[in-house]
Amino acid sequence: MNPAFPVTITYLDHAATTPVYAEVIEAMTVQLGRLGNASALHGSGRTARRIVEESRETVAAVVNCRPSEVVFTSGGTEADNLAVKGFFWARHEADPARVRILSTAIEHHAVLDSLQWLADHEGAEIELLPVDEQGRLSIEALRASVERDPASVALISVMWANNEVGTLQPVDEVVAIAAPHAIPVHSDAVQALGQVPLDFAASGLDAMTVAGHKIGGPFGVGALLLRREATLVPLLHGGGQERDVRSGTLDAPSIVGLAVAAELALKGQAERSVALAALRDELIARLLEVVPDAELNGPPGAGRLPNNVHLSFPGCEGDSLLMLLDAQGIECSTGSACSAGVPQASHVLLAMGKDGARARGSLRFTFGHTSTHADVDRVVDAIGPAVQRARDAGVTAMPSGRQ
Amino acid sequence: MRVLAAMSGGVDSAVAAARAADAGHDVTGIHLALSRNAQSYRSGARGCCTIEDSNDARRAADVIGIPFYVWDLSERFHEAVVEDFVREYAAGRTPNPCLRCNEEIKFTAVLERGIALGFDAVATGHYAQLSTGNDGLVQLHRAVDPDKDQSYVLGVLTQRQLAHSLFPLGDTLKVDVRVEAERRGLAVAAKPDSHDICFISDGNTAGWLRERIVADPGDIVSATGEVLGSHEGAFGFTIGQRRGLHIDRPAADGKPRYVLDIEPVSGTVTVGSREDLAVDQLVATKPRWCGDAPSGPLDCAVQLRAHGDPHRAVARVVDDAAVEIELLEPASGIAPGQAAVMYVGSLVVGSATIARTRRPATV
Repeated sequence: MNPAFPVTITYLDHAATTPVYAEVIEAMTVQLGRLGNASALHGSGRTARRIVEESRETVAAVVNCRPSEVVFTSGGTEADNLAVKGFFWARHEADPARVRILSTAIEHHAVLDSLQWLADHEGAEIELLPVDEQGRLSIEALRASVERDPASVALISVMWANNEVGTLQPVDEVVAIAAPHAIPVHSDAVQALGQVPLDFAASGLDAMTVAGHKIGGPFGVGALLLRREATLVPLLHGGGQERDVRSGTLDAPSIVGLAVAAELALKGQAERSVALAALRDELIARLLEVVPDAELNGPPGAGRLPNNVHLSFPGCEGDSLLMLLDAQGIECSTGSACSAGVPQASHVLLAMGKDGARARGSLRFTFGHTSTHADVDRVVDAIGPAVQRARDAGVTAMPSGRQ
Repeated sequence: MRVLAAMSGGVDSAVAAARAADAGHDVTGIHLALSRNAQSYRSGARGCCTIEDSNDARRAADVIGIPFYVWDLSERFHEAVVEDFVREYAAGRTPNPCLRCNEEIKFTAVLERGIALGFDAVATGHYAQLSTGNDGLVQLHRAVDPDKDQSYVLGVLTQRQLAHSLFPLGDTLKVDVRVEAERRGLAVAAKPDSHDICFISDGNTAGWLRERIVADPGDIVSATGEVLGSHEGAFGFTIGQRRGLHIDRPAADGKPRYVLDIEPVSGTVTVGSREDLAVDQLVATKPRWCGDAPSGPLDCAVQLRAHGDPHRAVARVVDDAAVEIELLEPASGIAPGQAAVMYVGSLVVGSATIARTRRPATV
């Protein structure tokens, strides 16, 4: 065994993915052993269909929507793509004057890259509205943009909470601005589900994205909560499942896993959020004690997700810090990962007005349902020497002239 | 020791990392991202910069059982290697970017960052050998495999750099490295070697340079100054080049012409016969010695380009900044900008950058 692999793991990357609940594994294992395509008409098919529909009802109950408003997808990315492209295509087709999509500069790439694709290939005009230095959407900028020409807006998409810095967004105000003009609003709530109260019906949203593996469910399943009256052009054509909005054989084991996780995550949400917020605030306070010049990104307290800590360490490269902590079994993130593993300066921090060096010198610690006080202690014990080392290395990692 | 293994995604660096781990070192694999947009420098499957190479390196690290990270050195690479490459060509010289990458990236940026992060050494898949002399100095030697020897592009390294380097493949033939990779279950065992410059995707160096250097047309002249033709930019030429001169008039003696000299200021390219190409003396600058500079004339073998033959020579130190090298037999196609690496036996005793050459006095 390589000594570089430590035995005990301190897992503080729950925003990337969080441990699957034992109950989820159990329910999925049972369903994997059952025969039946949920679209088939015979007994086995009806049994599978019943599991899917019960799961749909469970999900609908915990997020407060109608069961028919739950469209199961392969995950958050597909749900975001479906909402952004599907609404644009449908609304643009109904009225070619609707070419604008309003969103924020801090969306997840599942939304940002879908928007970019629509701009490049479908003639959409994208406006990424600014955020303040805490990462909160400028609601006045949105209002001005809508009122400039409301008839040309096909869609507004604003995430519920940012995945990097955890800033909660003023979704209710966004809905209030859009409603008088009947502009549909979509929100990516992947990070918010299970962390803060979510009520789809009360939100006034037309569509909301949720994902299984962020709440203790399986990978590869999510849902677009889609208001019953909404019309979307599908991404996937085929067997006509899911209101004809999302074709594809229903994945009963994953769907039941999602439902069990949603129930567990949502049932304990209020209590867990209080506990995680306490861990969060303690970690922030103690890290700032050890590294006084570190800076919190995003708002303190109630304005951010209860499980999110995001700090910049001046003079350090985030990936140096990550590597040093990883070598001790402390697992965190520098922000959003890239496919080649190359750290890019975070578009979220840049949009918040932070410079490139600060953006590259940051770490995200996120808590979840298995987090404990001991996790906080381990990070606090490790951070001082790690920052010292990363600072020594940080200087040499910077570009320099030839000697 | 705690060792950083630089893993390009090729077979050599994968086996080097595996050997370092076998030797009992605590090894961490790193892949260097040298282009911020992973496809912009090179779109083929070989080279240093593709996502596929990064994945190959990651899979090799999995098989070896070591942690793996990607380090972004794209800015530094662009500045120290790519821009330097362009600058050197623009000045009429012929740079060696692999040498520059070793000097500035692998054994400076990576090594210094690694040391700061608590590592003791950098291991690479270069074919070269290290030993410690009686004087306690780290000595760089040629590899056992003469076809693969890379001591030429490592001669520029300082004592400090060599003292923190591991070259686990220096005692092995390339063919055996491939066999070993196969035995270890490394998927890159049969991956082709990279030959071209990693940041020039199609291998067309002149075309690549043409997009980056303002072309200054100039004359092509004979050794006696007679104008024979013209060109679109002097950077397209290399000393010793024969093809692509586009001169209509044949030489009086009917023999092919070669590029003898490139004058970057006037843009004049001088051509002549193969015999005119021969040089027997050169001045090289920025010498780096293994230990103290030689106090008297040094009998050595000097290598003047990557994979070039060694030439018997006498080297004389001019001062801290220059060395004069006299070739016992004239050699041709010696380009300023390349390294002159001096060997005694297999030992690299010094390395310097060729600045000027001189032809034998005609009788």
